[in-house]
Amino acid sequence: MTTPETIAVAMSGGVDSSTVAAMLAHGGDSVVGLTLQLWDQTRLAGKHGTPDAPGSPTTGLRRWGGEAPKAGRCCSLDDVYDARRVAEHLGIPYYVVNQQERFERDVVRPFVAEYLAGRTPIPCSLCNNHLKFDQLLQTARSIGAGRIATGHYAVNEYDPARGRWILKRPADLAKDQTYFLFGLTQAQLSRTLFPLGRLTKPEVREIARRHGLALAEKPDSQEICFIPGGDYKRFLAAYLEEQGEELPETAGELLSSGGQLLGRHDGIFNFTVGQRKGLGISSPTPLYVLNIDPASHRVTVGADEELATRDLRARRLNWIGIPELTGPMRVKIKIRHRHEAAWATLEPVSPASAGADEVLATFDQPQRAVTPGQSAVFYDGDEVVGGGWIA
Amino acid sequence: MRPRVYMDANATTPLLPEVVEAMRPYWMERFGNASSIHLDGQQAHAAVDRARETMAGFFNCHAAEVVFNSGGTEGDNTALFGLLRPGDHCITTSIEHSAILQAAQRMAQNGVETTFVDPAPSGLIDPAEIERAIRPHTRLISVMLANNETGVLQPVEEIGKIAGAAGAFFHIDAVQGAGKVPFDVRRFGCHLCSISAHKMHGPKGVGALFVRRGTPIEPLLVGGSHERRRRAGTENVPGIVGLAKAAELAMLSLEDGTIPRLAALRDRLEKGILALPGTGVNGARQSAPEGRHENSPGQAQRSPGKDANNDLAPRRGAANSFVHHNLGAPAPDFGTWESANPIFNDCHPERPRAQRGGVEGPAVASSNGIPVPRVANTTNIWFDQLEGEALVIALDLKGVSVSGGSACHSGATEPSHVLMAMGLDRNRARASLRFSLLKTATEAEIDYVLQVVPQAVEHLRALSPAAAGTLG
Repeated sequence: MTTPETIAVAMSGGVDSSTVAAMLAHGGDSVVGLTLQLWDQTRLAGKHGTPDAPGSPTTGLRRWGGEAPKAGRCCSLDDVYDARRVAEHLGIPYYVVNQQERFERDVVRPFVAEYLAGRTPIPCSLCNNHLKFDQLLQTARSIGAGRIATGHYAVNEYDPARGRWILKRPADLAKDQTYFLFGLTQAQLSRTLFPLGRLTKPEVREIARRHGLALAEKPDSQEICFIPGGDYKRFLAAYLEEQGEELPETAGELLSSGGQLLGRHDGIFNFTVGQRKGLGISSPTPLYVLNIDPASHRVTVGADEELATRDLRARRLNWIGIPELTGPMRVKIKIRHRHEAAWATLEPVSPASAGADEVLATFDQPQRAVTPGQSAVFYDGDEVVGGGWIA
Repeated sequence: MRPRVYMDANATTPLLPEVVEAMRPYWMERFGNASSIHLDGQQAHAAVDRARETMAGFFNCHAAEVVFNSGGTEGDNTALFGLLRPGDHCITTSIEHSAILQAAQRMAQNGVETTFVDPAPSGLIDPAEIERAIRPHTRLISVMLANNETGVLQPVEEIGKIAGAAGAFFHIDAVQGAGKVPFDVRRFGCHLCSISAHKMHGPKGVGALFVRRGTPIEPLLVGGSHERRRRAGTENVPGIVGLAKAAELAMLSLEDGTIPRLAALRDRLEKGILALPGTGVNGARQSAPEGRHENSPGQAQRSPGKDANNDLAPRRGAANSFVHHNLGAPAPDFGTWESANPIFNDCHPERPRAQRGGVEGPAVASSNGIPVPRVANTTNIWFDQLEGEALVIALDLKGVSVSGGSACHSGATEPSHVLMAMGLDRNRARASLRFSLLKTATEAEIDYVLQVVPQAVEHLRALSPAAAGTLG
């Protein structure tokens, strides 16, 4: 029986979300466990050299707690099994909800399109926006649960002074996932719980152990959930072939920053800004990808120093800490998940109408490898001010 | 905890108390291996024999024609794997259970070509379509008695005659129909027939396959002479005893008013739900355009391998040294069935009259269109403007067990192949729910469900994407 106070916990079969389910269930809340089935792991398994899916007959059974398995990948059949067992242990109802079509449309396809356009995408942020928060909340409401809870390391709270929900960095900065959560709306934040926000990972594992969860020792999943082995190039090839589409021809020239022709390449999707390996050019000094031009297929490379830029533009913005940017603001900006936030001045770019849809960020110090397709997330101390996509 | 209402009988059923009692001695007291020489073995063997006699009465066949196995899937697999040889042609339908469909797909790798006949939008298979599909090398026709999703009863008698005239073997997957409609393999004219205990208040993991005398079936399981070398493996004695008891009770239930009562309950449930706007029954009326989707143009999605020009065509070539040209092979000798052995001529003396009857199950009452025969306990209904999965979950959380129009295979849910084959729009197929009543269903349960379904439907429809979406 659900009530508006019922909480739907998004369960991935990992330690974090399992611990959240345990904490809430034992805390006396009415809890329902949900796993979003987003991608059929067997779909491209073994094609174009992609690894077999876990749980397929040739990979054998996973056992953990005993022998240490390889690092996991989220949401395989084994993970659904683990999530289900946790739900049963906690005595909560559990469902697997199929959202494969939406995931493919809103996450996978844009991912492919971004690479083919010479940008480096982050599917996890899109997934959060569209699936984990939008769809999951809809699903939760449809079964009568008023709120969701996830295992993200982040803190959200309501600030009555500003009349807004705010998002802050968690206690365990090494696990900080706020970079991927910049797109959350006020509506989403008001209905989401992040119970792990003030805990460290070791503390979370300890809580899991105390609740008798056998998966307390399960390794964290490190990869993009739909790309086995992390090899996105094989994924692109396998996916496009499956769709009956041709990998577009994007071979072209490799140029120096001075415009000198250094060689040719096979396709722009092989490169990302800041990349050093795989250029196919011999050079006395290391060369890095500076720029990828999707129109001309030209890839420009240069020395390390040339990778640094002073500014970036970000679009399709979402604001959390403030309703909108009306004038210049001093913030620290992360341009990658693994990047130390750097000071910058943020300014709206647009004719002076309300709600700039583009900002210009000028860093105090030049930043290395600003990459189109990644997100730029703006912080004010611990708080996420907002963020957008690097143009 | 509120008592639950179970309306997923077509998925499985609970054991009846008499079945549990019948099985009880065979777990710890009469536990012998039926193949052993000693008294313990003899007792077990006797129990299996008695069960076999009961099943012979259920099927209306000779005891020697009953093969016990692990259930419907094994029976279906055996019918195809055990009978078809490279070069053969097989005819079946696109609405069969996957135990048939996947077996047919696997046989394609062994040089067997299969034609999958599609149903009409009503869910009925047209015997003329089966007949049209016949080729000189057609060796087996397999058609289900009652479809598990829609409950629609197929015209198996007519198809049996067609198979007979064509000299092809005929298999009936009767897993859903057994115990719900009168049953007679001789009237059906079939050579093989699969049934499963757990669909009729018997235990899971046991079933039976009727194998007409003279049908050359290769065993699926080898390693012993059990079941006259047709199915090796130590007999699941308690299971077999349970199956027989369930079958006996099922035959009785065909005479004691259970079926009409169930039909009335189902009809009331159906009518109550259809009173909601944007709903309709899957598998109700013949020659009604309703079943076809209005929005999508063109053909309904076909099941894989519809016909010759596809990857199910038999492989030619030197490697296939087993290609067997069936032209000119002698047709199965149907003459001996009736003539030589008087045992086969009589109906089993113990069979209840109703079991033998010629009447197909109660038809759907509908206001327009010709009603389609359907089992008494099933209704499959589509709901516009909502996600079927969400409705199943919402009902579950209110204590009602039903199933959706999708089958879950390895974590991925696909819309029902049956509903798609009937030409139903993909979105409607994903928003279809099957309500299948147990024989023990009550008026109070119907009342309760008629209360919660409209609430849940209204709630879900109110959450239209625009209203419920939280994207800024």
